[in-house]
Formats: sequence, structure tokens, C-alpha cells
Amino acid sequence: MTPLLEPKPGGLYCAEGDFFVDPVRAVKRAVITHGHSDHARAGHEQVLATAETIAIMEVRCGDDCAGIKQAARYGQTTTIGNVKVTLKPAGHILGSAQAVVERGAERIVVSGDYKRRRDPTCARFEPVECDVFISEATFGLPVFTHPPDTQEIAKLLHSIAVFPERAHLVGAYSLGKAQRIIALLREAGYDAPIFLHGAMVELCKLYERFGVRLGLLIPLTEAKNKIFSGSVVIAPPSVFGERWTRRLGDHVNSFASGWMRIRARARQQGIELPLIVSDHADWEELTATVEELRPRELWVTHGQEDALVHYSRSIGVPARPLSLKGYDETGEGEPETGTQATLFPLNANGGNGKDSGL
Amino acid sequence: MNRFAELLAALAFQPQRNGKLRLLTDYFRSVPDPDRGYALAAIAGGLKFTHAKPALIRGLVDARIDPVLFDLSYDYVGDLAETVALIWPKKHGANVSPGLGEIVERLATLGKAELPRCLEKWLDALDADGRLALIKLITGGLRVGVSARLAKTAVAGIKSVDPNEIEELWPALSPPYLDLFAWLDGTAEKPSAKAHAVFRPVMLAHAIEEEDWPGLDPSDFIAEWKWDGIRVQAVSEGNVDRLYSRTGEDIGGSFPDVLDALPPNVVIDGELLVIRKGEAASFNELQQRLNRKAVNAKMLQEFPAGIRAYDLLMLDGEDLRGCAFVERRARLEKFIAERKSQQLDLSPLVPFATWDELRAHRASPPSPAVEGVMLKRKVSPYLPGRVKGEWWKWKRDPHLVDAVLMYAQRGHGKRSSYYSDYTFGVWKNDELVPVGKAYFGFTDEELVKIDRFVRAHTTNKFGPVREVVHDQKTGLVFEVAFEGLARSTRHKSGVAMRFPRINRLRWDKPPGEADTIETLEMMLTAD
Ligand SMILES: [Zn+2]
Ligand SMILES: [Zn+2]
Repeated sequence: MTPLLEPKPGGLYCAEGDFFVDPVRAVKRAVITHGHSDHARAGHEQVLATAETIAIMEVRCGDDCAGIKQAARYGQTTTIGNVKVTLKPAGHILGSAQAVVERGAERIVVSGDYKRRRDPTCARFEPVECDVFISEATFGLPVFTHPPDTQEIAKLLHSIAVFPERAHLVGAYSLGKAQRIIALLREAGYDAPIFLHGAMVELCKLYERFGVRLGLLIPLTEAKNKIFSGSVVIAPPSVFGERWTRRLGDHVNSFASGWMRIRARARQQGIELPLIVSDHADWEELTATVEELRPRELWVTHGQEDALVHYSRSIGVPARPLSLKGYDETGEGEPETGTQATLFPLNANGGNGKDSGL
Repeated sequence: MNRFAELLAALAFQPQRNGKLRLLTDYFRSVPDPDRGYALAAIAGGLKFTHAKPALIRGLVDARIDPVLFDLSYDYVGDLAETVALIWPKKHGANVSPGLGEIVERLATLGKAELPRCLEKWLDALDADGRLALIKLITGGLRVGVSARLAKTAVAGIKSVDPNEIEELWPALSPPYLDLFAWLDGTAEKPSAKAHAVFRPVMLAHAIEEEDWPGLDPSDFIAEWKWDGIRVQAVSEGNVDRLYSRTGEDIGGSFPDVLDALPPNVVIDGELLVIRKGEAASFNELQQRLNRKAVNAKMLQEFPAGIRAYDLLMLDGEDLRGCAFVERRARLEKFIAERKSQQLDLSPLVPFATWDELRAHRASPPSPAVEGVMLKRKVSPYLPGRVKGEWWKWKRDPHLVDAVLMYAQRGHGKRSSYYSDYTFGVWKNDELVPVGKAYFGFTDEELVKIDRFVRAHTTNKFGPVREVVHDQKTGLVFEVAFEGLARSTRHKSGVAMRFPRINRLRWDKPPGEADTIETLEMMLTAD
């Protein structure tokens, strides 16, 4: 019998249903887990995804981002040939889903990018029992444990209190992270207007349309002669050091990312206030998920595969790395063109040499 | 411990002095006793307990973590303390996180055999930042980039008192400084500084500029040589002798020979130098004696240190700081004449009637260890700090070289969108070798121009650093001014500059015509 899913150069492929999950090039039929650009590419003839993900694709790539767009609710099953596909919440960003692929009694779960903790901007991850669980491993090393996000937001608010005359420029990926930071700030009682870089204005509106309350947001373009002292400005992390940031006056460079766990990473970027907030599962979440699901087999895709594969085998769950090409290994899923080199100068497998004087 | 750990983390990412000050003051204001006092001691270097070896920490983590996972992680993170802090497995239901005070007090009384178990318990109860702070504290690697002086200035900020007041009190205080904080909180009187051999804040000079000369009358001033050593204050009171740097740091441990030779009951302001048969040696030789924990007999013999006295602040319990400089000088001359030794002599005056005459003296100093002349107003009392108009320093002209910009780094705060920190090099055969780094000496307009140049001529980016074109034809030449040069094994070029700054931008000069390493090496032998 043909395998239910197999890794192909274009991505994970289901021969029986003739579709790919998150293909990295244009294909005839695609199931898309979420709207990050390395997972949701334009140009497919048919797309199956959540309504939120389809809306995100339309905002980013236009209404003609795909031929036929089919929206599915969480839990709704679509039959493609002999195969059934069901989308379940992945807890990663708004509309993010795990693709549950079934043929008879056989079930594979493609988790896409996921996290387990609560996020006010999206539905929480739902564990699904399965034969094969396909996990990401962006933060697949035991040194990555993300602290509670309330603690990181408190760090930001404390810094605003200690440096009230300086603007706080928070670098956050335009889709997902930016909205989550805003929502968390609102939950912590921060009700001042928040200033937005142009790259995230439309996406914030989209979140609002889907019922995520973000409070008063002001695009920077509409704040021409504003003094930014004490304000929070959210922008993609690629903007650090760009000339327009001079408008903000003396400001604190902050960056919300799971990578901020490693001090050298923050220092290399000249970050004064690192915030360890990630939309990806940390080591504890990754391993707890494997232990909870105990699949017959674990497949590991983009990120730090080695450690997770090793761990999984050590608890008796057979595992193998998939080494799919074309996904953003640096995580955070948002490769804004041209920023990779400056953001993550460490090489892709992460080794930055010992005793680098962190 | 959590607040202390948070503070250390914030300090580690805070490049600006003022920013550090704010973080520290906020901490000292909001954290209760005794934790804040122990934090002050930890930062100002006043904590004494037996440190643990990194091997002990490594042993603890090996017992808990799969070695494959540890190696993958260590390889990724690169720093042992940080890897252990991050990887230490969470233990649910661990004890409440211990306070800094609790940890320090326990460490002071702990037997060596108890240490591992105790440490394990603390690691279980702390979060990642807390674990890193603990590991750095107990392995003695707490490098936070904050001087003792800055920490005291931050403490003074609690109640806006003059940091010098704290400096004067300091030798009479001990961790966790409950009396100090009680005074600053306004709940108790100021502690008494009657204790012994305290530091008196020093009087500092202004660098004299062209525009200052017209207002000055030569007959109001006395001139003396400015020696190129370390400005010190030697204090002997009761039976206590101390040697302080000009920021109040106790450096006596490295200079037992100087302390031994100090006469009783006196406070002297002077320059610490290596002195052989009455001749002062260069700063480079003094450097051999600095920051040495253990001084052996050979060092003492090879690099004999002494004080060349400038001023007399106290004598036999009498405070002379209110007297005029001429009067203090007369007392000093008499004092030294009676007790002169190899380790204590007098800084001679430079007689002059006109500024031109003084200029001529300055141009031909009697010793290479002279770095300029000092002008002191005859009637000025000894005042703490840099009081304008009383004392002036007129430095020897700096050394100049033409060097080529190689790397530029983004600045911080107001400068964070400008490439404002420059690494420059000189030619060694066909290659440029970096010889120094500078981030001041240029105007704001010049900064804008350099920034534009950097952005337009970038060949490589590494985080906030850009490599800039630097070949024979294209590149930016700086005229760099600096005070002195020392051999350095840490620099590829083999030399390190003292106080380098950008003197002039040489847009006109092709990089191929910049200076060579031979020019610098010649200065080295001449010094
Ligand atoms: Zn993603
Ligand atoms: Zn991804």
C-alpha cells in the first residue's frame, strides 16, 4: 500500500488524495496549516485551510492567492478520495491548525507550528491521538524553556516605568507575535495607544475582524509630529537601526522572540530589553506532547531535530528527522526578505562556537 | 534572588552608564533589606566567601541531564554557566525561591561538604535567570560592567545625596549596609564616618581650552608637572593605612611597599609611579604592578612603586582642605623634606612668569613620565570634584596617526540608528590590522556624514556591526589622536592605544596613504 504521507521535495505529500500539506512550491492541491509565509505560499490551484488562514493569505498575497479556496472549521472533516482531512487547533497563531490525515484506521497528525500554552489571540492546541505525529522542533533543545508570558510583559512594563522618557520599540513578527504582544499588554492593563509599523496595520485589522480585541492602535504614518517618549511602538524586528527609527528619539530596542533566551543572540542584535515570548513550543511542551500522545512513530521537521529525536527514542517512541527543505529553520515563521542574515548570524545548525564570551 | 537576577540580566543588556544607574537606583529603592545590601556588596566587590569551582556545577548537572542533550545544548549556547542555568530541569513542588540575603548568609557559614547539596536545592527553586545569577555569584564570575563607584552613585540616588558622602562613609560600613540604607530611607541618622582611614573625595582639574586663556592671570597660578601614573590618595589614620584610587577604590593590596613607607597620621594626594633612584618610569612599567593579587619580591624589586606628592589634605588630625593651596604646599614641602624616602617624594613646581614661558617648559619636560603641566590657583581650597576655574590640566599634545575605518557598529540610545563606534586599522604590509576603537571626537554633523558613508560602503554585516570598504583606493581615513601606546598580546597588531579619539576626518586622503604599523612601533620604543 502506498504510504499515507511521505516527504517529497515539494513538501509532505499524500499520494492517495493527491495533495500536499504546506507545500513550498505551487501545487494542484494544498492543505495549509497556517498563514506564515513559509507555510502558506501563493499560487496553488486548490487550498484547504481555516477561514482565518485564508483571510490572512488574501491580505498578504491578494484575493488571487489561490484558485479555489475552501474554508474548513476546526473539527470539520473533508474527504479527498479515500482520505479524510480534519483541521484541529494548533495554538500557534490566529487560524493555525494541525492537519489530521486519516485513511481507514490509520491516522497521521501534521502539527504544523504549534505551542501548548494559552494565547489570547488564538484557539488552544488540541491533542489528537495518532499513529504518526509530525512535530516541529524550532526550539528543540532543552535550553529553550519559555518563561510565562505574563512575566515577560511585566518586564516590558517595568522598563517603561524605569525609563518613562524613552520610547520602547518592540520588534515582533508582523503576523501572530505582534498581535499577541498587544493583546497581552492589554490584559496586563496597559491601555495607552500603541503605535504600529505599516507592515502590521492590515493584519491587526484582520485580527480585530475575527474578534481579537487589540485596543487603540495608531499607525506610525498617522503620528507625524508625535513625541514618542514612554510609548510602545511595535515593528518588525528588521527595523532596528533603520533611519526612520530616529523619529522615535532615544529609545529602547526590545525584541520579542524565543531566541532571546540565549544572551549572545540578544547582544549580537544590540537588544536592550529581550522578551522571551515565542509562538513555538518550547522543549518542555515538545517533550510533554510526545509523552502525552505516545504515537507509534514521531517525525520531526524543521528546527533542532537531533535532540528531540534522541529524546523520543530514549522514552521508547521511535523517531526520525524528516529534514524537509524550504521551511524557516530560525522559527518565528516570518522570513521578512533580507533580514535573515542580520537577524540570525549564527549558522543554521546553531553552533556558535564554545566560549564565545557570552 | 529573583529581583537580583533580573537586575543582573537588565544590566547585562544595558550599554549606557545612565541606563545602568537608573536600573540600579530603582533596585536599591524597591528591594528590602538585607537583599539590597548584599547586592550592593556583590557588585562593589565586598562579599567574601569560598567560591565553588565550575567542575562542581558540571558534576551536579551531569547527574541530572542526559549527556547527549547536554552536549548538544552546550555546543549551541557556548557558555557553561548559561547552559547549566538554562538546562537545569524544573522540579515541581520545589521550595520557595531563596532570597539573596539568605544565600549569602548561608554561604558564609557553609562547610565545604554541604555545598553541593545546598546548591542543588537552590537551583531547583530558582528560575533560569536566578540560576545564572547564583552560578556566577558562587563561581566568582559576577562581571556586570558596573564599577563600585557607579553602584555607590546609584545608592546615593535613593535620596539624592552627593555620592562623595557615601564614598567618605564607605570604609566604616559593612554588608548588608543596614545603617546606610536606613539613613537614605530617612528612618535613621547618618552613620558615623569616624572609622579609620576613610577616603576623601579628590579635587579634579579641567582640561584647558584655547578660550580659557584670556581670563587667566599667570600671577594667580602655580604650575607643576602632571605625571603619567595613577592619581592616588594615601591615608594613614590611627593604625590603619590605605591607598585609594581617585574614585575611592582601595588599591593598597597591590602596593604593600608604598603603604609600608607611609608616615603616620597623614592624608596625601599624589601620583603613583614606578620610581627608580628618584626617576619616574613610564606608565607601561606601572602597569606591571596593577591588578596583581599577589605581589612577589621580584615584582617589588623590578618595579618599585612610590608616591610623588601633590598635596596635603590632613596632618596629625588637622584638616587642611580649607586652606589655600600655597599654604598647603608649604606644609607639604616641609613635611616631605623631613620624611623623604624612595617611596615618597615631592612633585617639583615649574617656575614661570608668563604663559609663553610655561609653554616652553611644557615643550621640554624633564622626564618622559610627564604628561603635561597642572595649573593651580594659589588661593584655592581643596574642593571635591571638578570645580571650574581652580585647577587646570594642560596636557602634552597627543600622538596622531592616520588610520583607516574598517568596521562600524551601531551606537546606543540616541545613537542607536547611527553607526557611531569605529574600529580602525593601519597597514601591515598589504593588509590593514585593527589598532583601536573610538566613538567620540567628531561633531553631530560629522557623525551624519560618516553614517552615510558606512551605509553606502558596507561589504558585510554581522548583527549591529558593518564591515566597511577599506582597500588602497576606497575607504575613510581618520586622523586618530591618542595619549599613549602599550604592547598588547590581545590585539592582532600587537599594540593598544590609550584614550583614542577621532581628531579629524581625512576625506581627502586615499587609504593607501594612511600610516603603517612601523610608525606605531617606533612610538612604542620612543615612549
Ligand atoms: Zn509559523
Ligand atoms: Zn514554521
